[in-house]
Amino acid sequence: MRLQVRKENLVKLASPEQLERYRNKLQAARRQDKPCITICGGTGCRAGRGLDVARVFRDILKKKQFDRRVDIQITGCHGFCERGPLVVIQPKGILYVSVTPDDVQEIVAASIEHDEVVERLTYKDPGTKRRIFHEMEIPFYANQQRIVLANNGKLDPANIDDYIAVGGYASLAKVLTRMQSDEIVELVGKSGLRGRGGGGFPTGHKWRACREAAGYPKYVLCNGDEGDPGAFMDRSIMEGNPHSVLEGMAIGAYAIGSDRGYIYVRHEYPLAVENLVIAIRQAEEYGLLGNNILGTDFSFKVRISRGAGAFVCGESTALMASIEGFSGEPRAKHIHTSEKGVFGQPTTLNNVETWANVPLIIDKGWEWFANMGTKTSTGTKVFSLVGKVKNTGLVEVPMGITLRHIIFDIGGGVAANRSFKAVQTGGPSGGCLPEDQLDLPVDFDRLTEAGSMMGSGGMIVMDDRTCMVEVARYFTHFLSKESCGKCTACREGLLRMYELLDGITSGRGTIEQIELLEEVGLYVRDNSLCGLGKTAANPTLSTLKYFRDEYRAHVVDKKCPAGVCKELTTFDIDVKMCTGCGKCVKSCPVEAITGKKKAPHSISQDKCIKCGMCRETCPFNAVITL
Amino acid sequence: MIKTIIDGKEIEVERDRWALDVAREMGISIPTFCHHPALQPYGACRLCVVEVSKGKWRWLTTSCDLPIREGLSIRTNTPEVIKSRKMALELLWARAPQAECIQSLAKKLGVERPRFAVRDDLGKCILCGLCVRICDQLIGVSALSFSRRGVERRVETPFGKASDSCIGCNACVEVCPTGHIVSADRDSVRYIETWNTKLDMLLCDVCGKAYMPVKEFEYIKNKLGKEISLEQVCPVCRRKQTIVRLERATATKENNVNLVSSHLTYEIDSSV
Repeated sequence: MRLQVRKENLVKLASPEQLERYRNKLQAARRQDKPCITICGGTGCRAGRGLDVARVFRDILKKKQFDRRVDIQITGCHGFCERGPLVVIQPKGILYVSVTPDDVQEIVAASIEHDEVVERLTYKDPGTKRRIFHEMEIPFYANQQRIVLANNGKLDPANIDDYIAVGGYASLAKVLTRMQSDEIVELVGKSGLRGRGGGGFPTGHKWRACREAAGYPKYVLCNGDEGDPGAFMDRSIMEGNPHSVLEGMAIGAYAIGSDRGYIYVRHEYPLAVENLVIAIRQAEEYGLLGNNILGTDFSFKVRISRGAGAFVCGESTALMASIEGFSGEPRAKHIHTSEKGVFGQPTTLNNVETWANVPLIIDKGWEWFANMGTKTSTGTKVFSLVGKVKNTGLVEVPMGITLRHIIFDIGGGVAANRSFKAVQTGGPSGGCLPEDQLDLPVDFDRLTEAGSMMGSGGMIVMDDRTCMVEVARYFTHFLSKESCGKCTACREGLLRMYELLDGITSGRGTIEQIELLEEVGLYVRDNSLCGLGKTAANPTLSTLKYFRDEYRAHVVDKKCPAGVCKELTTFDIDVKMCTGCGKCVKSCPVEAITGKKKAPHSISQDKCIKCGMCRETCPFNAVITL
Repeated sequence: MIKTIIDGKEIEVERDRWALDVAREMGISIPTFCHHPALQPYGACRLCVVEVSKGKWRWLTTSCDLPIREGLSIRTNTPEVIKSRKMALELLWARAPQAECIQSLAKKLGVERPRFAVRDDLGKCILCGLCVRICDQLIGVSALSFSRRGVERRVETPFGKASDSCIGCNACVEVCPTGHIVSADRDSVRYIETWNTKLDMLLCDVCGKAYMPVKEFEYIKNKLGKEISLEQVCPVCRRKQTIVRLERATATKENNVNLVSSHLTYEIDSSV
């Protein structure tokens, strides 16, 4: 991966006034009307050849000698991942979706040389069939409230000048010159900010406890170990706006009396690590991190600590053990880590998104933040909306918004217009909620009451072709592999739960085993040592609560209603619906389907491997499951 | 000193004392596998769970690592606690079916048989970690550790190979609750089979029997420092030496003729 690092003239900002002068200089130099082609450089769009698109833009602009008239900016994740690679022509805000390198020529000709729009590359609303040109008018974006992600499409994460130009580090300067440390703690407390990593612990409380704890040095840590399958909120923030996290941590350090910290990033996020390393280096060069920040007495140094592939290291005490060089193994938390955390010192550990909110709260005030969301869950939350939904991607919404609003108004509803079955929130620690829970407001407390949890923001939409028992089996398998293995409850309990679920989905289950499964699940929930174990039974217990009939079907009728569990499913063709188009024949990997053209086809059960491709392919819903 | 209530009885204790210790001092019986008075509490086996109440909150937690703090009320034998202990034993039984101590405790609590498929590939280890912790915290050698994760977790020497650091003190053997760790002395060599480790042993200057691994002797000698001289005498012979010295030191004219030591010769006499 080649880095785009611009050569800056080495700037050392030795005072808050110098920072402001530099910022004004940057803003003046960036003419507001100068066109800028912003290309999403998040991991998702990169996988879709977004960097090739950027390269072709660069080449064509150079060839046409437009490179002085037009800026190119590779930014962090925009969020509309379903439609990447994304290109936005600023300042007009024209959004092009699913852009390929071959489209670039046309875009330059239309949007740059003339004042036109390449319609075929714009977003087409699936309901109204109308084309929408402007990014922020698209329902996906229009229904969001983006404050943490606001700048993700507007800055190059590898260029600190971009961050400064949009107001970056002004909050840190404000804190260092005009606020006392206890004032900051109180302000964060009044804002109602709660931990965005899933725990929802009031951030003000946490900071206060650490501030009052005795000991030097104190540490601020950032939990960037985002391990929930399907979650990429923190990844996009670390990749796309790393300085927001650094600034938040510096403010937190000042508030609690710390001068050092670590960002623990999971090993599987190389781009996040890269962009954080660049950001730290640039901030240090500018005097915004390191010794005597902005010429004050305050020093703060940050290092990156990389994970090594263990989900359990997202647990606070396991994370700290890992930073210390030990295996990621949690310990009982009767003595809080704000008193004795990493290296036995007072520690404040917060999630990436929590840190990113801090500069905003300092800048705009606690009331501004507290006025968003609900009374007990203030502010916004970033969700990764994935699964069987039309608009997958990253969405940021005020707390208290309903699940229905997120999935249908922003997400566009269930993919392929199939029927909604469940939404899984909170990753492996969360649970599945059915349709009649869709009007629940999303916040820290309501979802937990219903048997799930908001968690860190993962939201997986499931349709009628999802088997809820298989979902429980999948998550339990994941957790049994990720358990650290220290305590009997989690280690042995999850193993046995997995065995039972595996048996049920393979057709070997009994009613007694469902009861045993529930018994072990409750045991794991109530007896585990750490958060991983305590929440590990949620996928199983929540699906048993809302979808028990499906479990019964597996063991009593020996059928999988969703048509997923292979031993319990038979695929067949409904001769009344089949038009004999032959599409299924082509899709079958084992040539199990035969039939004459325009006549009903049939499936040979001997050959069928139950992959379900025929059902996916059939345009007439003629493939049924028995 | 703060007040706490355990099983309905109010008691005054020093703040931050472990609830398990306090309960046991009160005569309350709480089973444990991974607990040892000389080691830091670990909280792994989950057998010592108790029900804790504080204000409106009520939860189950291990008592070995629960510090007594203000406002705690503890119940050690509610139906839920018993149910938890039974499940823990049932799970451990299925994991290590040959470990007698688990079966007997399980049956005592009313578990007839495990309802899970029994595993026969893991020996008797229940991952209590006592061996790892004693070797690390008490002996200070750290020859053992946990490897892998989750159900694959096991106790091993580095890469499962014979350990260079092991001093053969057999502390791990002594402390293992299930007898999973096996060690035998043969022909002046100590074989700790479980860790693939062999150690040459020192012979007693007096009786000639092998009694201590050389490495253990060296380790203790280093710890004691240069000023202390350490004789290479086995515990049996040392005991005899001590008897002689004691009696000689306390001998008077009257009991002179009955000195035990006059009957003792430096002979191999295993009945002493």
